[in-house]
Amino acid sequence: MNLSETLHSAISSILSNKLRSFLTMLGIIIGVAAVIAMISLGEGTTEEIVGQIGSLGSNQITVIPGRSRGMPGMPVASRGGNMLEWEHYLQLRDFTFPGIKNIIVENTTSFPITYGRESVRGRVVGTTPQYPEVRNFKVDIGRFFDQRELDNAERVIVLGRTIAQDLFPSPEEALGKKIRVGRITATVIGVMEEKSTGIQDLGEQVFIPLTTMQKRLTGSKYIQSMTIQTETEENLDSVAQFLETFFLNRLKDPEKFSIINQQDILDTINQVTGTMTLFLTAITGISLLVGGIGIMNIMLVSVTERTREIGLRKAIGARPFDILIQFVIESSLLSALGGLIGIVLGIVGSQVISKFTSYPAIISVEAIIIAFSISVGIGLFFGIYPARRASQLDPIVALRYE
Amino acid sequence: MNQPVIKVEDLWKIYQLGEVQVEALRGVSFEIEEGEFVAVMGPSGSGKSTLLNILGCLDRPTRGRYFLDGQEVSQLNENQLAQIRNQKIGFVFQTFNLLPRLTALQNVELPLIYAGVPSQKRKEQAIKSLEAVGLEDRVHHYPNQLSGGQQQRVAIARALVNNPSIILADEPTGNLDTRSSEEIMYILQGLNREGKTIILVTHERDIASHTRRILHFRDGQLVDDEIVEQPLEAGEILKELREEKVVESL
Repeated sequence: MNLSETLHSAISSILSNKLRSFLTMLGIIIGVAAVIAMISLGEGTTEEIVGQIGSLGSNQITVIPGRSRGMPGMPVASRGGNMLEWEHYLQLRDFTFPGIKNIIVENTTSFPITYGRESVRGRVVGTTPQYPEVRNFKVDIGRFFDQRELDNAERVIVLGRTIAQDLFPSPEEALGKKIRVGRITATVIGVMEEKSTGIQDLGEQVFIPLTTMQKRLTGSKYIQSMTIQTETEENLDSVAQFLETFFLNRLKDPEKFSIINQQDILDTINQVTGTMTLFLTAITGISLLVGGIGIMNIMLVSVTERTREIGLRKAIGARPFDILIQFVIESSLLSALGGLIGIVLGIVGSQVISKFTSYPAIISVEAIIIAFSISVGIGLFFGIYPARRASQLDPIVALRYE
Repeated sequence: MNQPVIKVEDLWKIYQLGEVQVEALRGVSFEIEEGEFVAVMGPSGSGKSTLLNILGCLDRPTRGRYFLDGQEVSQLNENQLAQIRNQKIGFVFQTFNLLPRLTALQNVELPLIYAGVPSQKRKEQAIKSLEAVGLEDRVHHYPNQLSGGQQQRVAIARALVNNPSIILADEPTGNLDTRSSEEIMYILQGLNREGKTIILVTHERDIASHTRRILHFRDGQLVDDEIVEQPLEAGEILKELREEKVVESL
């Protein structure tokens, strides 16, 4: 008996009892749909988070005061107080360690920002001229402040898009206008492009030279964070090591600062999502196992029901192997069909969830192939026992079976 | 050419039922020539079903030898027996044993599928076989759309389709009324006249009298080998039945 005959016979057998076949497949359908949806949403979300981190500029190491606690690479700064100073930035900049491309400083404070009658509360970032390059965040209209303006602590300001739109009829009109930030008045020299990390809108920030912030606005000499951009990814480790020594020499206490390697963060995220995926896979594996047992159960029932048919087939010349193949093909087909329906359901499901929750979904071809192979494999595996029972039936007994 | 189609020598079949040994066949020997029409008769427990299973290669004798077409089959393995069943034996059962999900044509095709005959040729042969039993207009009917007699004719077509050496019919008329029974016997007699070797198991004398030789079994032994001098002609009986019907309806 050839394969196409066997397939044909299996299809007609499955179709002859549609409801039962469907219920049998349900376990596999749900299992496969779940695994496809989970992996799609999981990969989508991971990719987005990694993309967001990447969008904040690449090859970065951040130095913050105090001890970073929690998981490695996750920046949960303790209140270590103010340890990093402007002086450290200047020393580091003048050190010119090989591999370091840019160094920026960021101090963020919240102040009311006012133009005429319009007033909004915004995050004021005191930083250095390399900020746009390091953060991969460009100026759209006008320009960013330069080194001279930093050195002179000039009263210039670059607005985030959202703030510019809140204060002015259009961002273009903001240029050259004088606005109030806290106690000082500053001239708008640029407006940033529109950008969001997905979590926060970066347009709600304004940028002034760090010196201006320290001397005229807050009166503090401390800095909240320093971000070092390296030339290449390969430089990250050596630069991180150098920074460790550099700050240890100056601050004398490893508790007073933390060095956060961007690569560490990415590794941590990948590690976390990898664990999650493993977890989900295990759960799905269990559901597929249950589905497989369901298939075995129904196949056993089917063998019993068709005892006479098996006897007849044997009487007219079917070898045990022919019977075995017939039932194995039937159970594999059942589970493969379940797998296909599950895949479609999983894809549709992840798209729907993605639509309503804004979690991005990436359909993983790998996941589809694996889920499908596993479902066929389950049909094969759980079909073999019932099929063996069928193939070993004694035709004389089987023919007399009522 | 003169070798018998079936030759059994001192056939024994002993079953172990728990503690008890049951001797279903006790040293049976006989020969059946090509073209014979033989009935096997006997009360239940006489061993006739056991004999039929062995002749049909569904079972193996405990002792003794069985030659089918000159080939000793008593010691073949399961796969070889399956092939013999497929090529040399056509089965007809009391309960028809048609697969309900298949049409008449597909049912008849089944043995050819296991023989590996390509689909087109299979169909031609199956249709020819259905024509031989007069069911050319029921080819695409399902078993539940056919009468009992028609179903049994499909089963006969299935038994014929591989052009087997023998046709084994196990109480083929047991589930049928007189008229359908005669129709079945009419077909079997026709096939025999064309040269088919037919072995029929029955416990009805009327049916056995349609054959030309009756093997009587009792307690696992062949007790009488009877030649039927004047076999009943199913064709004649059918004609009479038809006339009776006409008389009744008048």
